[in-house]
Amino acid sequence: MRYLPLTETDREDMLARIGVPDVDALFSDVPAGKLLKEPLDLPRAKGELEVERILGKLSAKNTAAGAVPFFVGAGAYKHHVPATVDHLIQRSEFLTSYTPYQPEIAQGTLQYLFEFQTQVAALTGMEVANASMYDGSTGTAEAVLMAHRVTRRRKAVLSGGLHPHYTQVVETLSEMANDEVVALKPDVRATEDILAAIDDSVSCVVVQSPDVFGNLRDLKPIADKAHAHGALLIAVFTEVVSLGAVTPPGAQDADIVVGEGQSIGNALNFGGPYVGLFAAKSKYVRQMPGRLCGETVDADGRRGFVLTLSTREQHIRRDKATSNICTNSGLCVLAFTIHMTLLGQAGLSRLAELNHANAVKLADALAGVKGVEVVNETFFNEFTLKLSKPAAEVVEAMAAKGILAGVPASRLKPGAGLDDLLIVANTEVNTDEDRAAFVAALAEVL
Amino acid sequence: MLNRQGRPSQAGEGASERHETFTGNRALQQIEPLIFEIGHHESTGVDIDKPAPFKSRLGKHARQGEIGLPGLSEPETMRHYVRLSQKNYGIDTGLFPLGSCTMKHNARLNEKVARLPGFSDVHPLQPVSTVPGALDVMLELARYLMTLTGMPAVALSPKAGAHGEACGMMAIKAAIAAKGEGATRTVVLVPESAHGTNPATAALIGFSVKAVPARPDGTVAVEDVKALLGPDVAAIMLTNPNTCGIFEPQIVEIAAAMHEAGAYFYCDGANFNAIVGKARPGDLGVDAMHINLHKTFSTPHGGGGPGAGPVVLSERLAPYAPVPFIHVEGGKSRLVEHKADAPDGNDPFGRMTAFHGQMGMYVRALAYMLSHGSDGMKQASEDAVLNANYIRAGLADLMSLPFPDHPSMHEALFDDEWLKGTGVTTLDFAKAMIDEGYHPMTVYFPLVVHGAMLIEPTESESKASLDLFIATLRDLAIAAKGNDKSRFTAAPHHAPMRRLDETRAARQPVLKWEKPAPVKEAAE
Repeated sequence: MRYLPLTETDREDMLARIGVPDVDALFSDVPAGKLLKEPLDLPRAKGELEVERILGKLSAKNTAAGAVPFFVGAGAYKHHVPATVDHLIQRSEFLTSYTPYQPEIAQGTLQYLFEFQTQVAALTGMEVANASMYDGSTGTAEAVLMAHRVTRRRKAVLSGGLHPHYTQVVETLSEMANDEVVALKPDVRATEDILAAIDDSVSCVVVQSPDVFGNLRDLKPIADKAHAHGALLIAVFTEVVSLGAVTPPGAQDADIVVGEGQSIGNALNFGGPYVGLFAAKSKYVRQMPGRLCGETVDADGRRGFVLTLSTREQHIRRDKATSNICTNSGLCVLAFTIHMTLLGQAGLSRLAELNHANAVKLADALAGVKGVEVVNETFFNEFTLKLSKPAAEVVEAMAAKGILAGVPASRLKPGAGLDDLLIVANTEVNTDEDRAAFVAALAEVL
Repeated sequence: MLNRQGRPSQAGEGASERHETFTGNRALQQIEPLIFEIGHHESTGVDIDKPAPFKSRLGKHARQGEIGLPGLSEPETMRHYVRLSQKNYGIDTGLFPLGSCTMKHNARLNEKVARLPGFSDVHPLQPVSTVPGALDVMLELARYLMTLTGMPAVALSPKAGAHGEACGMMAIKAAIAAKGEGATRTVVLVPESAHGTNPATAALIGFSVKAVPARPDGTVAVEDVKALLGPDVAAIMLTNPNTCGIFEPQIVEIAAAMHEAGAYFYCDGANFNAIVGKARPGDLGVDAMHINLHKTFSTPHGGGGPGAGPVVLSERLAPYAPVPFIHVEGGKSRLVEHKADAPDGNDPFGRMTAFHGQMGMYVRALAYMLSHGSDGMKQASEDAVLNANYIRAGLADLMSLPFPDHPSMHEALFDDEWLKGTGVTTLDFAKAMIDEGYHPMTVYFPLVVHGAMLIEPTESESKASLDLFIATLRDLAIAAKGNDKSRFTAAPHHAPMRRLDETRAARQPVLKWEKPAPVKEAAE
């Protein structure tokens, strides 16, 4: 067995050194009759070639995004990731290291976490950022719990433009924690009156921009009203590339900013692993969930980095901790940081501009198709179409033509009257040919 | 002087003649600035087309002003991150004996297959008809997990161990609510020796926590559990094998006591890697257990994550598993994404995460399982346990064992009793290991043991590697007892950095890079 270095002779020698007759003697605490006598009913060990063959066949059954004209978004986006990123994250010392509990031999991890925190703070326009969450949706739920700790109130108001799956994740956790959630109805034209829902009982309002339908939202008036009532504004985004082109939430006085970082450096992966971005005003830093890296010095006075403010965390505070989280998305953070370093401000601005230009081009072309209406006034790289037929049917018909056309809004929230809405994303990977194929196929299907 | 490999070494000699360098660099150990200190706003390492002029649809939301992000060209980026990587210890660098964290070999085959475009380049919301292979992977992984644990159901979507704990406890809470006992069963029992995530999770889900005392032998006794049981108890969260590296001998009785009291048994499966193929949690009476795929089935830890924490569930809890999940009926599988779509008899408690969980980790874990097979996984558990006990046997005469009456499972636990009077602490000892080329073991955990040192070699270490490790630790132990204090208190001497001031980092938190004030301003 290629992964197990011990030989039979080794095992015998070692058992003799320990002073037991056989290995089962080391399992003597397992209650009588509970130790399995036979290997379980699963296939026996396979060689590398065979495993590659099996998984290769399973992979080939799926339609990869890169193989077809691809316009699917709604929380995860296909972008080009430079080859350098994947090469570097597979460096052994990054890939096979653990949580940097021994900082003297983990400065590589710690320094990139510090760089990541600085990048996220700059992007979002916030004062502090943590070293990542599992993903944007779980980060949003943690932000709501954090707002409860800060305000000592337990009622969150969620915008109808928040990704419905994010809403469900928040509702699930809040319900379990015996907190209250008011989720406003999905509002495709971004006219919902979230201001009316804010009063003195509210801990936070959660608003996504660009929202799940692609609309850009004006956060400042919401922040102002929330603050007037002692509540916090939690700003959410699922497409981090948008921050290269739009006013960041920090400049609109958001208190906590949560986002999905998958777009930078990370593949689609059928939903995970992803990387949650989490930033806040610095006065709330001790209420933040998750891991933090801080600067310090070593015994020679040289600059170095360590995990810090761990008195908020579960391994010290046990049931009083700010969250139960004990990890982060380390390797996804590294991918994000490397890709963001390659981009820099100049590259990110250009990438954002190209995404927006491509989306505008597609929206303009689609607006000319009979049975199609583009509902958004403003958008970044994703917008919503109102179709003359149910969007779910249209997407299936388009898939049969080899085009992955987007996400039917009804798939995110069935039974909410969203059946004719199709959410379409267009990034830098889409070509003019892709767009032409989309427009032509949609005209045929409708 | 010859070292253990028989090669010349000059330990100690000539060290005092070492020159400080002008740059602060030490040959291959180079000081690496932050990207903010070497990058520029106009630099970039990507070539991106400038679009033809178009009419923006950003409206008044267009960003004004600088973002404040430096860029680096591709060669500069490569060098920066390669240099950073060289300041890290990984399992490919050497023995990484972190007890409870389980650092074993990461097969590159798993990386290769996870990057196949049919897995890495598929979107969670593309039509289900275009991803049958992805659903097959999830079903196959579920089958393996259910078979290995002897449990009838699994929720795949939790994104890490602690997230899986939350999922399992939510299923328990939902089951209790369904019985109409939501208002009364509000207490969760957690042994003192548990991971901090256990009490934190119980509290997160709205339970209050009662501690179960630790027995002098490191185990939980059924009498202590029974003494705390009442109509207010919802569940116990017990780790097995426990954090002291011991298989809980009374686990079956504890499970029975919980069930008799109308409560549930949550098992923290962080240490499942010790018993895969040897014993099944389902046979022990477990109702829910998370499995850290990254530990037990070896997906890379990558500096602390990402993880994956699927939860296996008993018959009683299965109906409450969260969406999304795959439902198989009459040989056909379908993805259930919403509560309303759930088949009869299912009442999902909600959703843990936006999409389907950690597909990238599912593929890696499945590749591991296929490679090992049922025979190899059983052998891996046995070798992990054998290796831990071999280390224990090799050190027990020099270092003290707090719980000598039970065999160690996959990890050997020592305390600091043997260091008494030496002036050397557990932390000092750990830092001295760094100088010898080892990552330290887990220190100061579990909390119930004073100055704990928890060593988990895993099955991927050879006998030769263990022999060298044991010999090194013996030398260090003898030095510690021989009052060779400076070797320890000032360690590490040879790492990229000397000991870091963690107190300062917490007292004056600096959590991001700030542009230094201009020299003139700073002088004023």
